[in-house]
Amino acid sequence: MILDNLHSLKFFLPELALTAGILLVILSDIALKGLRNRLNPLLTMVTLLLAAWFTFQLNDVPAASLFHGMLAIDGLAQFFKLLLLLAAALVVLGSLHSTELASVHQGEFFALLLAVTLGMVLLANSTHLAMLYLSLELVSLASYIMVGYLKTDRLSNEASLKYILFGAISTGSMLYGLSLVYGMTGSLSLYTIRDAFLNQAPEGVSQFTILLILVLTMAGFGFKTAVVPFHFWCPDVYAGAPTPVTAFLSVAPKAAGFAVLLRFFFSGMSQANGTHWELIRGIDWPLVLIGLSVLTMTLGNIAALTQNNLKRMLAYSSIAHAGYILMGSVVLTGDGVRAILVYLFVYLFMNLGAFLVVTIIYNSDKTFDIEDYNGMFKRSPFVAVAMAVFMLSLIGIPPFSGFMGKLYVFGSVIDKGLYWFAAIGALNAAVAAFYYMRVMKAMLIEESNGSPAPLQISFLNQALLVALLLPNVLLVIFWDPIDRWTSASARLFGGI
Amino acid sequence: MITLQHYLLLSAALFSLGVFGVLTRKNAVNVLMGIELILNSANINLIAFSRYSSHGLDGQMFAVFVIVVAAAEVAVALAIVLTMYRLLKTVSLDRADTLRR
Repeated sequence: MILDNLHSLKFFLPELALTAGILLVILSDIALKGLRNRLNPLLTMVTLLLAAWFTFQLNDVPAASLFHGMLAIDGLAQFFKLLLLLAAALVVLGSLHSTELASVHQGEFFALLLAVTLGMVLLANSTHLAMLYLSLELVSLASYIMVGYLKTDRLSNEASLKYILFGAISTGSMLYGLSLVYGMTGSLSLYTIRDAFLNQAPEGVSQFTILLILVLTMAGFGFKTAVVPFHFWCPDVYAGAPTPVTAFLSVAPKAAGFAVLLRFFFSGMSQANGTHWELIRGIDWPLVLIGLSVLTMTLGNIAALTQNNLKRMLAYSSIAHAGYILMGSVVLTGDGVRAILVYLFVYLFMNLGAFLVVTIIYNSDKTFDIEDYNGMFKRSPFVAVAMAVFMLSLIGIPPFSGFMGKLYVFGSVIDKGLYWFAAIGALNAAVAAFYYMRVMKAMLIEESNGSPAPLQISFLNQALLVALLLPNVLLVIFWDPIDRWTSASARLFGGI
Repeated sequence: MITLQHYLLLSAALFSLGVFGVLTRKNAVNVLMGIELILNSANINLIAFSRYSSHGLDGQMFAVFVIVVAAAEVAVALAIVLTMYRLLKTVSLDRADTLRR
């Protein structure tokens, strides 16, 4: 069902709420000088809640195409909207008591955060190349500014410079690839592109052009999801950006990047058929993705082993996780897509939790070095144990929820008969355990080398830490609704 | 007679020049110029494909959006480069190496 502009509006309410929220935050920042520091976070939270509420209202709507085929509304879109809004809300709360951001004026920060969220929501649903490119740039441009938000800080500035140079080159290359797609198929709509590929004679599809298109477009998606070899920006940007921004970047744009990757390859370059997708003749993109996935997790994990700065270590770990998530995309079944959704969902809580601990410790100690975390258990048992839970969850040890993510991803690959691929993933998970354990060892076992003053934690951060701990511990027990939710969301979204 | 192939060759050349400029230049502003070349090479592709095929004006519409986005991107990039100049008194990318240490 393809809807025209007027009929699409009522399915577009979450995005409209976000747009209104951006304008309101900017206005209140200009007009209400005395109130704005208290009002802006509140306005942002209300906007996000409102958008989430509108999204819930659309849960039972049958799959449709909005604005003459620009955006899709289906299970996958609903899932990603809720996931991204949740990530944004958690980051807003996590950024309130961060000394890094407290030193600068915070008005635009929340407007930018909402703008990134709007861009990600649009990106996750776009089924048209122009929409895809525009929303990708909206996410990128606003996040470049967020990374460089500490104007007087050399590291923050350098991070944003590297981010925008890498980002502009990657998205520029992707645009060149998209222009070739347009040339081959004569259309910008993903569904028409798929049909055009289907109808072309075998000799009409040039293998070289296809490979070129795959490599160039993967530059854009790989940049957003931090996949090797498009990951070079990641450690530097994560280390230099304010920690709440790093937490946001490591979770939300990555999820949106995977959403658009799924849409591009599954809706645009394969044909839905019953319970699985079939490749379009001449385009063997899963092979490319398998290679990238193996490279990504191996390089990410090996590089993480030698890092002493916790933010850099978590950056490499997030690269490795992108490799695991990519595993789910190559099997071409609903199970594979669901594995990606499950992984992104549990990854949200463990990674945001780890970065919240980094924020809390930086607030009092002004350090990111793992060695300075020694003896944290004596100073604050709660923070040390919480970090241990996040680390165990990131390793994927049961009963923590990270285990479920790995279970689904490896399971989907094994179901397809790619045993060697699962074995590489498992080996990588074992390597990763080493550097996560190092953080736990520093915090729980090592003796403190300085003065062991108790750690000061604000009430808000304590509550947020508990809120992030609970899903990591309890999700496994209450897994049934998540299983149903993700499998309903991962239904075939190939054609409308 | 100028055919589609001529335009494609031109855009491929522009793309390569852009990538070459990005990889070799040390001055941040010059790197931004290379990025502009990459974006414009894609624009030439889009417009040429739109002109030489019977598929309507989609490509030209896309190109207009790309031009707008490119302007926004350069505005943000120049702001960041300007901040770098205020902090370091240089726009040489060689000096942006604090994070690697």
